[in-house]
Amino acid sequence: MNPELQGRVFAPTAPYLVGREKIREFARAVFATSPVNLDPEAARSAGYADVVAPPTFPVVIQESTLAQLLAEPDGGIDFTRVVHGNQRFSYTRPIVAGDELTATLAVTDIKTLGGHSMVTAESTIADATGAHVVTAISTLVVRGDE
Amino acid sequence: MIAEIGEIVAEKTYTLTRDSLVRYAGASGDFNPIHYRDDVAQSVGLPGVLAHGMLTMGFAIQPVADWIGDSGKILDYQVKFTRPVPVDAADGASVTVVAKVGALTDAEVRIDLTVTFSDQTVLGKAQALVSLA
Repeated sequence: MNPELQGRVFAPTAPYLVGREKIREFARAVFATSPVNLDPEAARSAGYADVVAPPTFPVVIQESTLAQLLAEPDGGIDFTRVVHGNQRFSYTRPIVAGDELTATLAVTDIKTLGGHSMVTAESTIADATGAHVVTAISTLVVRGDE
Repeated sequence: MIAEIGEIVAEKTYTLTRDSLVRYAGASGDFNPIHYRDDVAQSVGLPGVLAHGMLTMGFAIQPVADWIGDSGKILDYQVKFTRPVPVDAADGASVTVVAKVGALTDAEVRIDLTVTFSDQTVLGKAQALVSLA
């Protein structure tokens, strides 16, 4: 992996419009049973504009930023050797259906440990007004030559 | 709702099948074939198809969401992926989540999750910060 990736900030992704049915599909896939994730009426009674995305939903948006990282011509990251090490989501507010979200990726840390490299990729996700919604932080482990 | 540090607030066992993995692949957009093809998984030295780490992270928080009744109150959620979860084609895999109060202030509660498959933990430092506001 190219150590010069550290500190690199990528172009924001194209806006992602969060659909109600996408949230419900994702909620079912992670065994969510909470009415605020599935039922617009329940979400409205809890004070939300529409159904609330489960806590790990930003992974859907983060996916496109990680694709940017793996496609970086001078990145030197071999996708077949990548293992997910850590994941974190830090929220300012929950995602709800109707949000239009943009993610900006920054590589905040690169470490080499033994033969392996670890890259920390931080995707800052903002709404259409530019306000922060959630930051998704992934640490990827790139296994060295066996 | 809140009691005290160390209290178990939720506990649940989830049965994953290959269908669960295909459903998660579609919902999340993660179509890495090691999550649905044994031959590909075995070609990279794995015993067989594994659950997506993000699927395990995704359902491990659900007992907490049900306990608080509003997943929008989860302010922060992190895990470390420490061990894979192989999902047998016929028998699936059973994963158990235990959610315990780890720390408590007037404004927030930290829930610590213990997530096990076959009596071994599969996530490390699995913590969620929940708003009490």
